[in-house]
Amino acid sequence: MSLADDLYRETILDHYHHPRNSGTIEHPTVRTEGVNPLCGDEITLYMTVDNDAISDIKLDAHGCSINMASGSMMSEAVKGQSLEHAQEVVRTFKEMMLGPSPDVFLPEELEDLEALQGVRKYPVRIKCALLPWNTLLEAIEKARAGSKIP
Amino acid sequence: MLDVAKIRQDFPVLERRVNGKPLIYLDNAATSQKPACVIDSLASYYREYNANIHRGLHTLSEEATSAYEETREKVREFIGAAESRSIVFTRNTTEAINLIAYSWGRANILAGDEIVLSAMEHHSNLVPWQLLAAERDARLVYLELTADGQIDMELAARLISTKTKLVAVTMMSNVLGTVTPVSELARLAHNQGALILVDGAQGVPHMPTSVARMDCDFLVFSLHKMLGPTGVGVLWARPEILEAMPPFLSGGDMISSVWRDRVKFNELPWRFEAGTPNIADVIASSAAIDYLRTLGMENVRAHEIEMAKYALAGLQEIPGVTVYGPQDATARGAVISFNFSEVHPHDIGQILNDGGIAIRAGHHCCQPLMRDLKVAGTARASFYVYNTKEEVDAFLDALKEADKVMGHVACR
Repeated sequence: MSLADDLYRETILDHYHHPRNSGTIEHPTVRTEGVNPLCGDEITLYMTVDNDAISDIKLDAHGCSINMASGSMMSEAVKGQSLEHAQEVVRTFKEMMLGPSPDVFLPEELEDLEALQGVRKYPVRIKCALLPWNTLLEAIEKARAGSKIP
Repeated sequence: MLDVAKIRQDFPVLERRVNGKPLIYLDNAATSQKPACVIDSLASYYREYNANIHRGLHTLSEEATSAYEETREKVREFIGAAESRSIVFTRNTTEAINLIAYSWGRANILAGDEIVLSAMEHHSNLVPWQLLAAERDARLVYLELTADGQIDMELAARLISTKTKLVAVTMMSNVLGTVTPVSELARLAHNQGALILVDGAQGVPHMPTSVARMDCDFLVFSLHKMLGPTGVGVLWARPEILEAMPPFLSGGDMISSVWRDRVKFNELPWRFEAGTPNIADVIASSAAIDYLRTLGMENVRAHEIEMAKYALAGLQEIPGVTVYGPQDATARGAVISFNFSEVHPHDIGQILNDGGIAIRAGHHCCQPLMRDLKVAGTARASFYVYNTKEEVDAFLDALKEADKVMGHVACR
């Protein structure tokens, strides 16, 4: 197995070629932007929040395969989830990418994310994988701050 | 022509294997590799005559001072300058441009003045002028490019006006490879009473350079892109301009006398070299310049035109490849930016690295140009004296492989 095969697994290429939840939302609860100045990855995240849950999420992303696939998988993992649960998913994912060991327990609904474990071997690409997730964290914080406004 | 097989033996790093494959280094526009003579020169300074310069009365200091000043003389010859006192060593090209912007710029640019740049400038020849313009209420004017990435000279003739104080352009684009008609721009600038700065970071390492022939007022470049060590930049300016410029960094070595309440500055060029400079790397730069002079810059240029021609022809045969910049190899340097169908440059770079091939992917510190090209980034292969046609072939094969890995995006 070549290095590239390890990185460009079928699951990743599938999400890259057919990104889920791709597009925009006309009247989202929050909209956040993320960029990776190193390589020019850009992402705009739209999120509709109802009763502290992510009822809809769309990503308008332009980036490399790792970035696009990671965002696509993320959107599937958090759509329909409570903000709190989504935050927990982000934590789990970041632990898998940045923690001391990639062997982090992933619940069944997050199994696709395992495909991104290979990215750990490529330190410069970890940023690509994390960009959507950090953008989501910002969106969650924004949604929470917004809901406090009477 | 260059004896590339012989040249390759002088570069120890070319024996390296990356991911089990022989290294193919095609990121020369970012930095070049170093021949053994440069590496040895660094070591011999530290082993044999490490000392501070311009002040010691002892043998080591005298040796170090004379080696340091010898490099200045070699640089003078290399760029066809008249006087070595108008050559200032900086850390890199960026610092040289900042020196000009802070010193000359802040003494000369006033509200309403215009600074003319090309649309393909590196951030280092853009951001310092942007900051200066904002501070002085001056205006940046951009020379747009033609479809094949050349400066639109008709437009340039109209845009360079009596309001223009400075024209700051690259000698060779680090993205498009475009060789700029510097002497024509110099004529336009001088006709309007403006000065011209040439960013030679890409140009000086790859073609014969003469400040007299270019008729420029400032030339800046870095040694690390021309076989020398990192940490050495060069600023050349016409001596009368440099003489009138206020100091940039102040402190030791740039003074001749200091009192409690006043100071008399040192003469050129030391007035602009405050503090202990990068002695070792400046000294080792001599070896790099000697190496290039022995090859002959005409031969270096001819080799690179040959490489560019071969690579451009090969790229054109791959469906889905878009090459930016002039298609005519004689109008450009051997730095080739391209995109490959929908495959992101980052993915191209990664997969090529699997085959031991080093290229660059991204915006190349030229974000405004990337926006003009309507791309987020490009992949970029750049060649130098030790690259071969066999390496170009391996690069083209690896590109086709990248398409396969990414699921045949280009061929669908």
